[in-house]
Amino acid sequence: MKKKLAIGVGLLLSLAAPYLFPTYVTMLAFVWLMVVLSLSWDIIGGQMGYNSFGNIFFFGIGMYVSAIVQRDMFSSGVDRFADVAGAAAVQLSQSEYFISLSVGVALAAVICVLVAIVLGMAILSMRGHYFAICTLGLGIAAGEIASGIDFIGAGSGMVTPLYPEAAGSREAFYYYFFFALAVGTLLLLNKIYKSRFGLVLNAIRDDEDKAEAMGLHTTRYKTIAWSIAAFVLGIAGAGTGNLVGFIDPIDVAFTGATFGVWMILTVILGGKGTLWGPVIGAVIFYATKEIFWTYLLGWQRVALGLLIVIIVVFFPTGILGWVRERWPHRFGERVEEAN
Amino acid sequence: MSLLEVKSVSKSFGGVRANQNISLNVPEGSIIGLIGPNGSGKTTLFNSVVGYHPIDEGGISFEGQEISKLRVPDIARLGMLRTFQQTRIYGEMNCMDNMRISSPEEGVGFGDLFSPISAEVDGHAEELLEFVGLHSKRLLLAGNLSFGQQKLLEFAMALMKKPRMLLLDEPTAGINPTLINGLIDRLRRANTEFGITLFVIEHNMRVIMNLAEHIYCLAHGKMLAEGPPEDIQNDQRVMDAYLGAS
Amino acid sequence: MDNISLLIQAPSILGQLVLDGLLAGAIFALAAYGLALVWGVMNIINVAQGEFVILGGYVTYTLYDKFGINPLWTVPIAFVVLYAVGWLLYKLIIYRLVDRDLFTSLLATFGISILLQQLMNQVFGADVVGADAGLGSSLFFDSAIVTANIKFVSFSLALVCGVVLVMALKRSRLGQAIRATAQDARAARIMGVDTDKVYAATFSLNSAICGVAGALVVMTWVIHPFIGLVYTVRSFMIVIIAGLGNLAAVVVSGLGLGALENVAGFVLGAEFQSAFVFGLLVVILVVRNAMVRRKRQVLS
Repeated sequence: MKKKLAIGVGLLLSLAAPYLFPTYVTMLAFVWLMVVLSLSWDIIGGQMGYNSFGNIFFFGIGMYVSAIVQRDMFSSGVDRFADVAGAAAVQLSQSEYFISLSVGVALAAVICVLVAIVLGMAILSMRGHYFAICTLGLGIAAGEIASGIDFIGAGSGMVTPLYPEAAGSREAFYYYFFFALAVGTLLLLNKIYKSRFGLVLNAIRDDEDKAEAMGLHTTRYKTIAWSIAAFVLGIAGAGTGNLVGFIDPIDVAFTGATFGVWMILTVILGGKGTLWGPVIGAVIFYATKEIFWTYLLGWQRVALGLLIVIIVVFFPTGILGWVRERWPHRFGERVEEAN
Repeated sequence: MSLLEVKSVSKSFGGVRANQNISLNVPEGSIIGLIGPNGSGKTTLFNSVVGYHPIDEGGISFEGQEISKLRVPDIARLGMLRTFQQTRIYGEMNCMDNMRISSPEEGVGFGDLFSPISAEVDGHAEELLEFVGLHSKRLLLAGNLSFGQQKLLEFAMALMKKPRMLLLDEPTAGINPTLINGLIDRLRRANTEFGITLFVIEHNMRVIMNLAEHIYCLAHGKMLAEGPPEDIQNDQRVMDAYLGAS
Repeated sequence: MDNISLLIQAPSILGQLVLDGLLAGAIFALAAYGLALVWGVMNIINVAQGEFVILGGYVTYTLYDKFGINPLWTVPIAFVVLYAVGWLLYKLIIYRLVDRDLFTSLLATFGISILLQQLMNQVFGADVVGADAGLGSSLFFDSAIVTANIKFVSFSLALVCGVVLVMALKRSRLGQAIRATAQDARAARIMGVDTDKVYAATFSLNSAICGVAGALVVMTWVIHPFIGLVYTVRSFMIVIIAGLGNLAAVVVSGLGLGALENVAGFVLGAEFQSAFVFGLLVVILVVRNAMVRRKRQVLS
């Protein structure tokens, strides 16, 4: 009962946030983005035990796909090279903007799922560190390769279309975009983790050899999980490209050194393999990062590197892991026998 | 009717010939034992059958189907499950979840994503946990159980899957002697009541002689002797193999 | 793909690329051997390997730039300084990772790599720098192939270092202790080996090797704080191909990778060379995995 009340209040506050804290809207949008990224990483990292360094791969693909659709869907008259030089961004009417955005987001999600399925066939059978490093190579290679393709702006990247002025505040719109995405992802994962599918993921994490020896279709489940993560990441990427306004292959799309690693840290900080762990971790991490950036200017990245080491070495089970040890019954775990 | 047939199987690792020309068969509904001193090739043969490594020569068939080229999950889905000597269960889930995830799968698809566990599955799980004596521990984390209890859980999970045949790798290893009788009893009941064929590797002579109808004995990678327990017990070659005379 | 036809028409270009690549490969092999050492003994994959290399490069560069010392003499200094750095890192952080799972060590060393990158950025700036050993160039085949002499020196130094390392590990007491710990840490402890000291020595030895490699790198090419990851990935690839124990295999793979990468850089364009390296990593892993799957196993 208390939990429902708290969630209800939280929801109301979140819905009203753009009006309550107008100067922080963009930052809050990023907080929701972090929540989404963390939740999506936890599907395969925390629940399934497949630690991926390269989830950012789908994020970047989603970003580019949507940007391309938005750029080209209605503006066949605009010279491509004008865009690439970073000059005029495409200007669309209200309906054009939202239609191209919707199509872009949808296509981003679909393509990411397809890529996940194809890629999964090649790399999902690798275990442990081989998988982790392979995904690392994938994420970085994607950024490097994207820097070399002129169609998508090569090293200078792309610029997403301007938000139509008539439609109101751009920041507020994308705030609600990411808020909706976060809530949607949370609801989806909540349902999934309570089902048999959730159990299979955990079985794969706990002992994949055993799961195979018991005849579970591990490959199929792994691919589906990977696809769900890709789906969410693709949409998140599409939104981020529009929120930030420009797409740079190394620093914005396939940013291994920022969002790419942050999504792993937030989950470890909050607690791997739980539903709310990634959420808590995302919020706390983002807050800490902002504090670092404001007060430790110049040394903020060093502090961040240090934070990574501290989190991983000293808090491997995260906040919720600590809570679970103290109060196991809150997680449905029994320590004594039942009757 | 032969459920499992091993035909002239050979397997080498580098220069070591772990299995040479081994043949045996496991009739449906029977309890068959595999014994032999350490290094005789029992585990290698076992792993070949369940799909852990390819064999060099020969063939292995299950219910008439050649399985020597299939992978572990495929073989498991055909109805042949194995238990592990070091006992493997899903440590971070409670016993009920371990059982739920071991129920037979009916098709895999997006429907699975959202379907919760059915009450029928839960009922069956509780029955089997009762069968192995773990019902009161069903909500405890599997990783927190004692070794013996985990072994029972692993056994229950295998039964949950309703296999045609169960391959047991030293099922009584590491078990308190007072609990062994209970385990033997349950194995026998699994065979007679649930109709599961058993193929058991064992070191404990008392256990295997009591349990099995027919025993195969390996030594130095070759089939040394086979026959009903009385014959094997009195076979001089078997005794020599164990005591190191040959 | 006119670059490929260029290679065919003017084989001296290919020869140049291969030669340069082979010479570079020896340095990669050195770093790879260190990675394999730490992996095999401590079960830790050091993602900060590349940063150790770059740090060694900066040691050399600083001595060269601030004190005018010829970089060749700084190689042993880089060894010592990086040995100390490795030892410090072990005592502060790494010792906690030895008994944990591989992913934790991956992520922790990844954190260390970011930390080092940013520290180097703060201290040395983001500029690309190099150190000139003043050795000039050699000409072959009527000036068709030109190679900076420093590359030959680097090559030889790298190989000598490798050989000394292997011999030291085989003959010395520390080497024995390391090999014993690698095979069975508990047994080694029971036999009186101080495994903590062994781990510290192993990790420090690795960073020292990277220091030497870095010194050679800054003399032969250029460095900047963020180029470490490429060296890490190369080392990892070499170890994957060559396995954990075999120096000869590591050397061959290293040389091969160096040559291949250089040729690819020419054919695909320099901006894709990095992408090629990372892409090759992915391909190698996928192929290895597929090969292993035929044996009813998976890469794990």
